[in-house]
Amino acid sequence: MTAASGKLIKGQTGDWEMVIGLEVHAQVTSRSKLFSGASTEFGGEPNTHVSLVDAAMPGMLPVINEECVRQAVRTGLGLNAQINLRSVFDRKNYFYPDSPQGYQISQYKSPIVGEGVVEVELDGGRTVNIGIERLHLEQDAGKLLHDQAPSLSYVDLNRCGVALMEIVSKPDIRDAEQAKAYVTKLRSILRYLGTCDGDMEKGSLRADVNVSVRKPGGPLGTRCEIKNMNSINFIGQAIEYEARRQIEIIEDGGVIDQETRLFDPNKGETRSMRSKEEAHDYRYFPDPDLLPLEFGEAYVAGLKAELPELPDQKKARFIDSFGLSPYDASVLVAERESADFYETVLAGLTDKARDGKLAANWVINELFGRLNKEGRDITGSPVSAVQLAAIVDLIGEGTISGKIAKDLFEIVWQEGGDPRALVETRGMKQVTDLSAIEKVVDDIIAANPDKVAQAKAKPQLAGWFVGQVMKSSGGKANPQAVNDLLKAKLGIGSVP
Amino acid sequence: MTDLISMTIAEARNGLANKSFTSLELTDAHLAAIEAARALNAFVLETPDKARAMARAIDAKIAKGEGGPLAGIPLGIKDLFATKDVRTTACSKILGNFVPPYESTVTSQLWRDGAVMLGKLNNDEFAMGSSNETSCFGPVVNPWRREGSNTSLVPGGSSGGSASAVAALLCMGATATDTGGSIRQPAAFTATVGVKPTYGRCSRWGIVAFASSLDQAGPIARTVRDAAILMRSMAGHDPKDTTSVDRAVPDYEAAIGKSVKGMKIGIPKEYRLDGMPAEVEKLWTEGAAWLKAAGAELVEISLPHTKYALPAYYIVAPAEASSNLARYDGVRYGLRVPGRSIGEMYENTRAEGFGDEVRRRVMIGTYVLSAGYYDAYYLRAQKVRTLIKKDFEDCFAKGVNAILTPATPSAAFGVGEKGGADPVEMYLNDIFTVTVNMAGLPGIAVPAGKDAQGLPLGLQLIGRPFDEETLFSLGEVVEQAAGRFTPARWW
Repeated sequence: MTAASGKLIKGQTGDWEMVIGLEVHAQVTSRSKLFSGASTEFGGEPNTHVSLVDAAMPGMLPVINEECVRQAVRTGLGLNAQINLRSVFDRKNYFYPDSPQGYQISQYKSPIVGEGVVEVELDGGRTVNIGIERLHLEQDAGKLLHDQAPSLSYVDLNRCGVALMEIVSKPDIRDAEQAKAYVTKLRSILRYLGTCDGDMEKGSLRADVNVSVRKPGGPLGTRCEIKNMNSINFIGQAIEYEARRQIEIIEDGGVIDQETRLFDPNKGETRSMRSKEEAHDYRYFPDPDLLPLEFGEAYVAGLKAELPELPDQKKARFIDSFGLSPYDASVLVAERESADFYETVLAGLTDKARDGKLAANWVINELFGRLNKEGRDITGSPVSAVQLAAIVDLIGEGTISGKIAKDLFEIVWQEGGDPRALVETRGMKQVTDLSAIEKVVDDIIAANPDKVAQAKAKPQLAGWFVGQVMKSSGGKANPQAVNDLLKAKLGIGSVP
Repeated sequence: MTDLISMTIAEARNGLANKSFTSLELTDAHLAAIEAARALNAFVLETPDKARAMARAIDAKIAKGEGGPLAGIPLGIKDLFATKDVRTTACSKILGNFVPPYESTVTSQLWRDGAVMLGKLNNDEFAMGSSNETSCFGPVVNPWRREGSNTSLVPGGSSGGSASAVAALLCMGATATDTGGSIRQPAAFTATVGVKPTYGRCSRWGIVAFASSLDQAGPIARTVRDAAILMRSMAGHDPKDTTSVDRAVPDYEAAIGKSVKGMKIGIPKEYRLDGMPAEVEKLWTEGAAWLKAAGAELVEISLPHTKYALPAYYIVAPAEASSNLARYDGVRYGLRVPGRSIGEMYENTRAEGFGDEVRRRVMIGTYVLSAGYYDAYYLRAQKVRTLIKKDFEDCFAKGVNAILTPATPSAAFGVGEKGGADPVEMYLNDIFTVTVNMAGLPGIAVPAGKDAQGLPLGLQLIGRPFDEETLFSLGEVVEQAAGRFTPARWW
């Protein structure tokens, strides 16, 4: 599969293309660690979630946590990837105080998940497919605390041994936008699956970004790896900076050194961390403490059958069943919480088929709009999905107009309450009594003979009458009834 | 009290059951023997208080008829086994005064069955050695001496403390571990019985790791029957060690005295080495004749890849060791030698903490795993290992029940006599035993005779995977024919 073209960068010698690949480290959602029974809970006092195995005491042995295996397989299925029925754990040897064993247990030559693909949406509705090279399971490291003593560093092993999935993309990504969209989509899939909470602030999802540049279609350039990115925006900024840095060096006649770099979000720059020469020789070899990891087709099939609906499937269903635009459907499915909220609204509707699309408009325009304005999250919405469903029901069945609904939404937002009861007690019901509306129409026509003449000559001007009628009915007149009456009384074809 | 210490486990078991003596009496007799035998340097830690407390507790149980298969039997524990609240060092400076808050699975099963711990036994540092001279506590001395000589001899290694203590009647049996011959070679050097079980038969949990794919715990005892009694308690599946195998543990003792009639015993021609001492050759022939006399059938077999076993072993074992020993970094436990940076702290700690042989193997292991050398060394050694395993499988497929070989190419040698200039000289001690570890098979070393200088020699029997029972049956035939050998007390 050839990668979709991305944004090119203009240099002094012409256009340059970026070639980007990502290694995403996603913390597996599981109660205990990959090879020990210690808790994975975040935020405990230092060294309170550490087993003898995690601390690499003499004679301790790892035992695989089956839940982590299950989560890795489910993730592989969610990435449309090859599941390897036999995989091998290897030791990656290096010395560092956050790695008590002196090696990380990882998977090198035989990962649990092989090639897959993720469909990523870009602005303007374009989509690109990003290939997945592999997914493997490995242990997370502990954490060094440098601010506890003047001349010593402290070690916290709570995170040490927690399961990570390293998800490696193919170098199919061509610009920062694609990279950001890829991580966003990957995060969304993981969260739908419940295999990673995707919390980048807590470090549950981190990415190493490989960037190189070349003349479009030319041979691959030398890549640099930007380590440990924990924000989607920073990933975008780092790629932009790094690509321009490389182009400048090449255009000045220099060569790119293959190296590992760090992104400084304050300066918006990447800087060198270590060169290729300083790179570790990890001396990978199969971990003799662990047998190869093997399971059958039936195990995989069982997990596949129980997978939840993923964003792409959900989007297709929203479009097919409720006539949502692809854009609206994408907005709703992007975050699992938004999709869940919309699903709950749907479940509360009296007539989903009729009002599903209307409900989507209300969730996206009114609710998201209002939440954004106040900087709030869907999970903290003052208007519940059940309340919103009731409002949409009231519109759909003709009890209130869209305009009144907005007032009602505001009341529910501010004060809460049952929308249907509020409509009752506050007299917000739409007036569909034709004689009542007719009287208002007649009064306005009688009082404004000049406007009548104008409207007869130029039917577009009849809109003025609609406004007047709605105004004097306090917005409660049924707009369709008003239109019909005006049409008849003014003797015009249609009211705009 | 000498009577109490010269008994076998089987005999002591009867005496305890008959109330002829108590476990406390038995334990005290051994504690006294240990105290009198410090010249052997077999124990690196004596735990008399713990021993007496355990003995009293088990005596109370025995009184209520609640013993256990090893009720009241005093044992020594190789210092490679983690013992809860009792210093465990693997005889390395780098572990310093490490006191584990946990008990190894194998030893916890011994205590479950009523055994009493006398103390921790000396071994080669991290079990790396064939003479027990690499221990940070100094060499163990073999209770055996050449006739008319006062030269101190090595007891073999790495389980030298275990072998020496059992031979010198300091404990009734001992735990040991075998990665390339570390149970069978010292057993042969001290006229004791040593069993290296099938890989996966005993849990490795709580045993300081040397080479994970080769390490296996087993007993050293004075008779085949005693070894069988200890094996039953030591063996068994452990969910904490995923390489341990979930198979029922048979009553090994029941295999003692079982007829070996009709069994096919393979004599591998590749084990007939150039320059092998005539007495070793003679002993081997003699051993074959004993088995034949007992009704077994002898067949010459070929294990064509034998000559590659030792070189391949000295790639695989150091490779795993270099990684297994990375955790001794001065950060969390054991020795720490400060430095100006973390890198310097690692270097100072490990340079100070590890002895020469361990450092040599860590370096070899690091080298063979490094980029550009992995395929040529480690990968090739693993392929050789597969071929060695297949050699054995082919023989077993042809109906061979067990294989008879010498246990070692020579009898015990003097302290400081070997390996000073060329470590390979020392490595050659394991020439008959490493193949068994490489193939994951069970092996037993049984005392079978003496050399011209009056030093014990042993024979090795190699069995099919998880068929330790056949080894006990055959081992007892050798034992019956050869008789038992006890060193004259000089210490």
